[in-house]
Amino acid sequence: MNWVRRHIRPEQIRELSLFMLIIVAVLVFGSLIDGYYSFRTFNRIASSVAIITVVAVGQTLVVLTRNIDLSVGSIAGFTAYFVGTLIANHNGINPVLAVVISIALGAAMGVVNGVIVAWGRVPAVVVTLGTLAIYRGVLVDLSGAKTVTTDSLPQWLVDLPRLNVVPIGDLDIRALFVIALVIVVIFQFGTSYLSFARRFYAVGSNPEAAQLIGLPMKRIVFVAFVACGALAGLAGFMILARFGNITVEAGRGLELSVVAAVVVGGVNVFGGSGRVTGAMLGAIMIGILEQSLFRLGISEFWRDALLGLLILLAVASDAVILQRLNQLWARTELKRLETPASTSNEPERSRS
Amino acid sequence: MSALSGLKRWETLLLVVLLAVVALNGIESKYYWGVGNFVNLFQLSIEKSIVALMMTFVIIGADIDLSVASVMGLAACVMAWTFQQGAPLPLAILLALGSGVLAGLNNAFWIAYVGLPSLAVTLAGLIGYRGVARILVEDRAIGGFPEWFNTLGQQALIGPLTLSIVIFVLLFGFFAILLHASAFGRLVYVVGSNIQAARYSGVRVGLVKTAMFVGSAAVAALAGILYAARLGSVRGDTADGFELDIITTVLLGGVSIFGGKGNLVGVGLSLLLILNLRNGMGLADITGNTQNYVIGGLLILSVLIPNLYQEIQNRWKGRKQ
Repeated sequence: MNWVRRHIRPEQIRELSLFMLIIVAVLVFGSLIDGYYSFRTFNRIASSVAIITVVAVGQTLVVLTRNIDLSVGSIAGFTAYFVGTLIANHNGINPVLAVVISIALGAAMGVVNGVIVAWGRVPAVVVTLGTLAIYRGVLVDLSGAKTVTTDSLPQWLVDLPRLNVVPIGDLDIRALFVIALVIVVIFQFGTSYLSFARRFYAVGSNPEAAQLIGLPMKRIVFVAFVACGALAGLAGFMILARFGNITVEAGRGLELSVVAAVVVGGVNVFGGSGRVTGAMLGAIMIGILEQSLFRLGISEFWRDALLGLLILLAVASDAVILQRLNQLWARTELKRLETPASTSNEPERSRS
Repeated sequence: MSALSGLKRWETLLLVVLLAVVALNGIESKYYWGVGNFVNLFQLSIEKSIVALMMTFVIIGADIDLSVASVMGLAACVMAWTFQQGAPLPLAILLALGSGVLAGLNNAFWIAYVGLPSLAVTLAGLIGYRGVARILVEDRAIGGFPEWFNTLGQQALIGPLTLSIVIFVLLFGFFAILLHASAFGRLVYVVGSNIQAARYSGVRVGLVKTAMFVGSAAVAALAGILYAARLGSVRGDTADGFELDIITTVLLGGVSIFGGKGNLVGVGLSLLLILNLRNGMGLADITGNTQNYVIGGLLILSVLIPNLYQEIQNRWKGRKQ
């Protein structure tokens, strides 16, 4: 038992149990749906997971600082529609430029959220509930009820979601999924090793202490919101690529799936703990639920009820079980520190 | 002292803005001054107004209830579904109210006794209760309620006033007494301004919070039923997104999102202001969509302006010293 405690952290146990839950879910759906274990199913789930994951990574940063961003669905929809219109009007536009514009547009909306939260000292729920309505409203007004259609888009964009980056036999690893993986890897390493990114944890786990040691609190919260907006913008581009036909309703309700993914993935709503990989596992869980219930037909209507239940259970188990585990671990750590002989060859571990 | 005068100043500001909006509306449209338009103005979002009253308690108690709109939808769907299954409508209405109380008890359990943040619990509720409503109704629209039910929802009951408006007025009076002239009301303020102090003084914080959340959900359920009566039919997305208006109304009324501050007079004024704004924009042919994001802007400003004001005041004081 002591060995377990020294080598595995409570957060890892949590991610492991979520992983088990995902496997159980796949087995259950596999027994209910004919032909569930196919590459088609995998691809459909993967494209849905990819979009949720990218936004969930940004949301993780915001939640780490004890805030929340409810406007991500509107940001993604806004970006998808406007970049879609732009590309439809200028078919020759450079793909890289299109992606950069998407990210910049999202980041700009994140700047608005971040400034009001950090310097205006308005709670994030209030700000982002407001901008959720504002961004969507501006989009509907400016669009004049027109839609972006697939045939107005250039061929490279239409082909992008089916672009097979790493063919392994019949299994496709498609472009959108690769984008999501790259984002997860970058941010997982960033939040683990970059000193600036570690500050997100510091601000969220103990704001008073962070203030006392002189961390620029406002700037850190601001950066989290801008990053979240930028990633939502990127997700907007992915939505455009995946669906092709974009109405002003694009991305509506995405924030609910994303917040669910983050919370189910073990990012603590009290801030200060949680990992990007956890958020990805959460997104996979949500993606499997959404796509598989859709396949079950009639039970499509069960999706939201299950999602709500899942969030509640995740938050509750974090608060009750994880707290106990953390206490248990802290006690072991304490014992270890009291016997100095065994500490000498232990490397310093960063807590998350 | 400064907090009190600050509150007074906020309500004065609301009153001035309200009068300005009323005057503008009056100049803008000749249809504005008419009993018909005034009743209409109230009637069009009377359900949101009713829910905002109880939301005031929740926010003064330093919590938030994001699930109210979903509870409205849930109650409407429970009523429509049980009615469709052949139950008499009064029984269906009772069951719908019961479903609201259950939803409130569920919120309260996790928040008051497990100690989870109300934001997370009621966000789960926002998704989950809406989900249950969708399971019941799926993608149908259920209508065909008895004549008396639709009449109650749509026709005037006393003079030009409809049942919903009468209920709103009664509830406003009741809640004003409850919040400002009863022991329970004081407890809500105590819990909202300093929960630790409240605990150490022997206040049963869990019970106060339970009352807040069960009350909030029960009132939301009632509002959902009234909404169904006014529309005459129920769908899975009934009352979707109403939480924006409701929370905006309460915060614009000078209730502090950090808890412990605010009163029903302010909320009443902000209700009138928002109703008149929407009505005025409607008369000026501004679409519902534009109205929505004006409300979103108001939501942010209603917290931002007092914060900035305080900031400026602090700097000014600092300079004087």
